[in-house]
Amino acid sequence: MLTGHIHSLETFGTVDGPGIRFVLFMQGCLLKCKYCHNPDTWNLTGGKDMHMEEVLAEIEPYINYYRSSGGGLTVSGGEATLQAHFVAELFREVKQRWELHTTLDTNGYNEGDKIKDLLDVTDLVLLDLKHIDNEKHIELTGKPNERMLHMAEWLSEHNKSMWIRHVLVPGINDDEEDLLRLGQFIGKLKGVEKFEILPYHQMGIYKWEALNWKYPLENVPSPTDEEVQRAYQLVEDGRSQSALQV
Amino acid sequence: MSVIEREVQTVQSGWRSFKKGKWQKEVNVRNFIDDNINPYLGREDFLQGATQNTKELWDIVSELTKKERDNGGVLDVDVNTPSTIVSHKPGYLDKEKEQIVGVQTDAPFKRSIQPFGGIRMMIDACEAYGFKMPEEVINIFNGIRKTHNQGVFDAYTSEMRAARKAGIITGLPDAYGRGRIIGDYRRVALYGVDFLVNQKKQELKQLELDVIDEDVIRLREELSEQIRALGELKVLAEMHGFDISKPANNAKEAFQWVYFGYLAAIKEQNGAAMSLGRVSSFLDIYIERDLAEGSLTEEQAQELVDHFVMKLRIVKFLRTPDYNDLFSGDPTWVTESIGGMAVNGQTRVTKNSFRFLHTLYNLGAAPEPNLTVLWSEKLPEGFKKYCAKVSIETSSIQYENDDLMRPIYGDDYGIACCVSAMEIGKQMQFFGARANLAKALLYAINGGKDEKSGAQVGPEYPAISGEVLDYAEVMKRFKPMMEWLAKLYMNTLNVIHYMHDKYSYERIEMALHDRDILRTMACGIAGLSVAADSLSAIKYAKVKPIRNENGIAVDFEIEGEFPCYGNNDDRVDQIAVELVEQFMSMIRKHKAYRNAMPTQSVLTITSNVVYGKKTGTTPDGRKAGEPFAPGANPMHGRDKKGALASLSSVAKLPYEHSLDGISNTFSIVPKALGKEPEIRKSNLVSMMDGYFGSNAHHLNVNVFDREQLIDAMDHPENYPQLTIRVSGYAVNFIKLTREQQLDVINRTFHGSM
Repeated sequence: MLTGHIHSLETFGTVDGPGIRFVLFMQGCLLKCKYCHNPDTWNLTGGKDMHMEEVLAEIEPYINYYRSSGGGLTVSGGEATLQAHFVAELFREVKQRWELHTTLDTNGYNEGDKIKDLLDVTDLVLLDLKHIDNEKHIELTGKPNERMLHMAEWLSEHNKSMWIRHVLVPGINDDEEDLLRLGQFIGKLKGVEKFEILPYHQMGIYKWEALNWKYPLENVPSPTDEEVQRAYQLVEDGRSQSALQV
Repeated sequence: MSVIEREVQTVQSGWRSFKKGKWQKEVNVRNFIDDNINPYLGREDFLQGATQNTKELWDIVSELTKKERDNGGVLDVDVNTPSTIVSHKPGYLDKEKEQIVGVQTDAPFKRSIQPFGGIRMMIDACEAYGFKMPEEVINIFNGIRKTHNQGVFDAYTSEMRAARKAGIITGLPDAYGRGRIIGDYRRVALYGVDFLVNQKKQELKQLELDVIDEDVIRLREELSEQIRALGELKVLAEMHGFDISKPANNAKEAFQWVYFGYLAAIKEQNGAAMSLGRVSSFLDIYIERDLAEGSLTEEQAQELVDHFVMKLRIVKFLRTPDYNDLFSGDPTWVTESIGGMAVNGQTRVTKNSFRFLHTLYNLGAAPEPNLTVLWSEKLPEGFKKYCAKVSIETSSIQYENDDLMRPIYGDDYGIACCVSAMEIGKQMQFFGARANLAKALLYAINGGKDEKSGAQVGPEYPAISGEVLDYAEVMKRFKPMMEWLAKLYMNTLNVIHYMHDKYSYERIEMALHDRDILRTMACGIAGLSVAADSLSAIKYAKVKPIRNENGIAVDFEIEGEFPCYGNNDDRVDQIAVELVEQFMSMIRKHKAYRNAMPTQSVLTITSNVVYGKKTGTTPDGRKAGEPFAPGANPMHGRDKKGALASLSSVAKLPYEHSLDGISNTFSIVPKALGKEPEIRKSNLVSMMDGYFGSNAHHLNVNVFDREQLIDAMDHPENYPQLTIRVSGYAVNFIKLTREQQLDVINRTFHGSM
């Protein structure tokens, strides 16, 4: 029977997709984002092995909440696409059994064609773009951003609905030029239903401490409301610039 | 005109334009509401802000509140005058501005002495706050007129005293008023006092029987006392310049008449919970009539509600500091039940349901009155959304499942205290606090010896001696220990309520009841989640007791994992369900005083902290002295699968075996309800529809960040009105003891990482 490596689950998720959602956090991630608030999900071998049926049994008691609120199932991580086959099967099952809406929360570090099977049963993709500048992306996450950007384009070409999200960290990815470029990139994409800035917060520090790791963003503050508004405006400006070009 | 004609005319003028019905021939408020209510299906956009008078009056209350806090919690006490319905001259905030008048003594925030429940508590409370009762007043109650408290201790057995001292049964109303009785205060407005007196006189006449036995004698004396109290109620109103012998003529009088009835009750009884009932939609009928007649505007209607609620917010009782350790924040449980559905399918939501909730904006958030929304899936959508908005913005409402209670109590019940439903004017309860199940489990392991004192409190059954606790063996010992506890508990409550009826009978509250009523004996349990998790640990992990030199298990070593209550895991949730069912069936075996129907609650109020303090280390890993979870809540931090899993575990507890209520306190950070205000509201509505749809009974909803509470601990001056829901009631956060504040902060906040 199909088995997934699961980090944890949340029965009442309200921010990762529409409505009330079951959120399944998969274990394992290849990125090492400095601001990560769940570094304990990185390890590829950790987590708890759960059979497909076990996961479905965790979801079943609450499907009325998810359906009546226009919610559904979100699979997050870690990085969900590292276990694309398992997630695809899970999405297929919840659709077949309960007609649940499915959302994939991903950093996009994968290839559209490779995980097409999963994306076929995904109603909404939450795509987290960490940095538009490749050098700075490597500095922030340990990996280049090429695959993420390709993923975005692939989703656009294949008419997938997506929400683009961007964690805003002061001094790391709030440069005016970068935010404009990010906006320009998004402006060329089809199917972007929502763009969200997630203000960086320090609430994950205790997890780094628990792992005995040094927290790389010590003393970096959360952005102020004004800084968040400024970033929204810059991204908006970038989007309308490329919209004009199209 | 003859006298009789004139009387008929005044009655009719109070009842003008109401739909006629059988309520006119007999006391039947429910029938009056059924025939005359104006259900409201719209949104909150009609609501009006506070008037200038309201603001100025609230400034006076805020100033007095600050003075009271600066004075150590009590501003003033009239130490000379034992309180009765007519003991004090009228007092005012500002007579010119108040639409609704009357306070408990001759000045607001001046507390009275109410010694009939117990003189000891009055003496101690006065002393604790720097006041002194005169010897001659003390002597009346020590030498001449016995109190409830003395009666109870005259009859307590040595076993009862030991159990009380050890804290296996606690919070007993043996030193003050028992409360949790709701007079039908609406009757005063609808009928006027004379009609009610006549009815009581007829009831008394019907009791001129051939055999005058103990029951008849008691009832005849009680009815006579009720009639006397109704007479005093009229005098109380006269002192304030009102004649309430006839029905109220308009909305203002209706509010005032209802309030006089309630005021008489709180002047005479310092009951643990002095709840109001279900008055808002009843009063709406009068407002609608005045609005239609053009004698009242919406702004004035809101002002009446604001001023009435203001009075309910300043109800004060004199209590000792250790009472506050149990029930923190000076609570009075002026519970008002709002909304719900009627048996005929109509909603009981009216514009006044909105106006009452709207006081939380016009006067700011507050713990009292204890606003309780009777939730039904069928409530109008606009009202559901408004409730969610108010919860998100004020954390001041609790919700109880009308679809679960209506089939049992009908559609004219109210909530007493936190979660105790009762049909208004037709039912009362004997409040019984709670027994400590977690401690009972330790007694089972330790052969009836108390794990703290080493004293033999329970029966001397063999202690468990093995190196590892065996589930079957523990259960075999636990059941007889629970049986012992249930029997002792019921007998103890019988003593208490016998004496309360004898020495501190609630004359005016019972005058606003029917003659023949249903009485329940409301038992309760504390430590349910601790007991369930402990049994789960014993069953699914390996638990080794560590015993002291006397052989008492004082600590436990746990190897391996075990499922915890609060994760929707039947392996442990069913243990909790069985504990509820079993203890209830044990309670049912015993005869209750006055043939009361035994019930129980899973409710701790804030006493979960004190219970924890009195209970040693438990096999679930909870250390000695650490607080229990409140009510039926899962233990803090052990519910790891998010809100719905946690709610689902609680929803499994069977209401039919816990008819006095099952309390669940839910805290969530605002962000975790969604990003935009509209979405937060609809998510909260969906959550409650789902939770109550699965037959859950009660939910306190708190929406705030932990950081805000921590800041309030450090800077109380910035948060004079910060209100949070605890188990079945709300408190000013800054009035909690430091330990209780920490307990609240340590609870599971859904959505935090």
